[in-house]
Amino acid sequence: MPLHRRDVLLAGSGLALAGGRARAQGGPLRLGVLTDMSGPYRDLTGPGSFAGARQAAEEFSAATGMAVEVIVGDHQNKPDVGANIARQWFDREGVEALVDLPNSAVALAVSGIAREKNKVVLGSGVGSTVFTGAQCSPNSIQFTYDTYMLAKGTGDALVKQGADSWFFITADYAFGHALQADTSRFVEAAGGKVLGATRYPFPATTDFSSFLLQAQSSRAKVIGLANAGADLINCIKQAREFGLLRSGVKLACLLMTVVDSIALGLPEAQGLLMTESFYWDLNDRTRAFAERVKGKRQGAVVHASCAGCYGVTLHYLKAVKDLGLERARASGLEVVNRMKAMPTDDDAFGPGRIREDGRKLTPGYLFQVKSPAESRGPFDVHKLVATTPAEEAARPLAEGGCPFVRT
Amino acid sequence: MDDIFGIPAPLLFGQLLLGLINGAFYAMMSLGLAVIFGLLNIINFTHGAQFMMGAFAAWMLLEWAGLNYWWALLLVPIIIGFTGVVLERLMISRLYKLDHLYGLLLTFGLGLIIEGVFRNQFGSSGLPYRIPPELQGAWDLGFMFLPIYRGWVVIAALVLCLATWLLIEKTRLGAYLRAATENAPLVQAFGVNVPRMVTLTYGFGVALAAIGGVLAAPIYSVNPQMGTNLIIVVFAVVVIGGMGSILGSIITGFGLGIVEGLTKVFYPEASATVIFVIMAIVLLARPAGLFGRA
Repeated sequence: MPLHRRDVLLAGSGLALAGGRARAQGGPLRLGVLTDMSGPYRDLTGPGSFAGARQAAEEFSAATGMAVEVIVGDHQNKPDVGANIARQWFDREGVEALVDLPNSAVALAVSGIAREKNKVVLGSGVGSTVFTGAQCSPNSIQFTYDTYMLAKGTGDALVKQGADSWFFITADYAFGHALQADTSRFVEAAGGKVLGATRYPFPATTDFSSFLLQAQSSRAKVIGLANAGADLINCIKQAREFGLLRSGVKLACLLMTVVDSIALGLPEAQGLLMTESFYWDLNDRTRAFAERVKGKRQGAVVHASCAGCYGVTLHYLKAVKDLGLERARASGLEVVNRMKAMPTDDDAFGPGRIREDGRKLTPGYLFQVKSPAESRGPFDVHKLVATTPAEEAARPLAEGGCPFVRT
Repeated sequence: MDDIFGIPAPLLFGQLLLGLINGAFYAMMSLGLAVIFGLLNIINFTHGAQFMMGAFAAWMLLEWAGLNYWWALLLVPIIIGFTGVVLERLMISRLYKLDHLYGLLLTFGLGLIIEGVFRNQFGSSGLPYRIPPELQGAWDLGFMFLPIYRGWVVIAALVLCLATWLLIEKTRLGAYLRAATENAPLVQAFGVNVPRMVTLTYGFGVALAAIGGVLAAPIYSVNPQMGTNLIIVVFAVVVIGGMGSILGSIITGFGLGIVEGLTKVFYPEASATVIFVIMAIVLLARPAGLFGRA
């Protein structure tokens, strides 16, 4: 088990090492992966994110001799739980930076705490564009993806293929609404039309056939699925079951990952399009990275969050080294500024940079799920169809409304 | 095209049919709960987890033992029903003399633990389970596409419900069961082994949940949370139908499926809430439920 019992206890309760310790001075540099270890996003982030961050720490330690320790905590998708762990880590455990933060509500809650204590948030699992927009923080990075990239990558591509009338099936909460709104904008800008939408109660829905039938009777060419995880999988299965795909309707999965493709199985998922910023089989460097981290994944696929936590942790450590450990411990803000000043380069994402508002510029890759005949192994599920260049995949800086960015 | 209340008629018929299909699941699940509550006086909150275990057991049989859907339909209720029997003997049987609340807490806690164990073992994103080849494809009904598998689910659910109802209302064994519900010591005095009957009844209720899980596996993704969403609705169905009423839970299950289906057309945001609104109204007007005895 790569997940040490002690780490979990430490992170989960925060009480295991109660009483202030002089960890902040001397000792290894500590990073805390704050993620979903037990809920709906566990397979997309969770243990994989922890593996990625540890991989970066190990490689960096081996190369430079700097001691780095990575611990993990489960925020249970609750902002109050996440905030509690973050405070305990910062105050008692000497943690200098938080990594991952899937679930934007939790990410936004801890971002304020990190700023107040002048620590760092290395967001990899954060999807909301608000994180580097209206509620941006000079102490935070958004590394792997955001809803803008997803909406643009998938929305643009489908309209260009002639799929110009859309109907949305939307999870009735902030994330679903944002995804629908973002995608609608791109569809309309590209000359497409949005014919309607239905919002289903989240998370209490398992049968989507009724909504799929409504979408079908709207005669839209594309059904946009503004949801994720189990809901998405149920939608896709049931769309196939009710013969929607045979009648020529396309599904736009606005947040789908390699994990979902594997969970669905290729016979069900083949042909679907989705946008991600990482795939293990993209090039020689991604394959090399996947090979190195494989041992920490216990037979699960190396996914985008694993790569994102690896990339952002590695870049953070480089900045710390560049700045000197003492100065880095004194000011998280200075480390983040250094991260923005230095170009990024890692095996998972290749060369890139971080923008003033904290958004890492990264290309959006449009993938299509392979057919069972094309696949050569259990993880060989995607093929690259199109690439949105890094500068275009992120929302223009001026549109974000981040208060500390002068444009 | 003819419109009914501003909704095209084909869409409306389609929704009615879908409602009936979902109702089949509600009926099957609430039937198991009603049987258990009727005899054991236990509000079995583990039911959702047992439904999920049924789906997982079907997946395991396929992946690990190479046994297909039809074998699963036969074996899973036996296996999961047996786990129910063990559970009843080891834990639940100790609570009969206590307040309902203790049984509720125990089964609720067990449900959470089982779900957590499965999530730890199999992850949260679900496992694929294909519709068996014999039931793939769909019928074109003119107003909608009806997947053959969904039709099969409705038929299977109806047969199961009817068989259970006949078993309890029309057979000698059913008469013993009903008598034991009324007055257990008296029935025992006539030489009927009531504790064993109680144990087997719990196993039977659990087996019904497991069959529901097998039927659901090809439609919904097989994941540890799959029972959680269903169980709350199913409890509302049982309360509306009248706690412990067999016929009540069957009719209410199908009926509420249809009501929910219609809500999904007219005001989808409320489709998860409408059943609870009905529950509140029924509780105010007839506290014992539509078919319950006060």
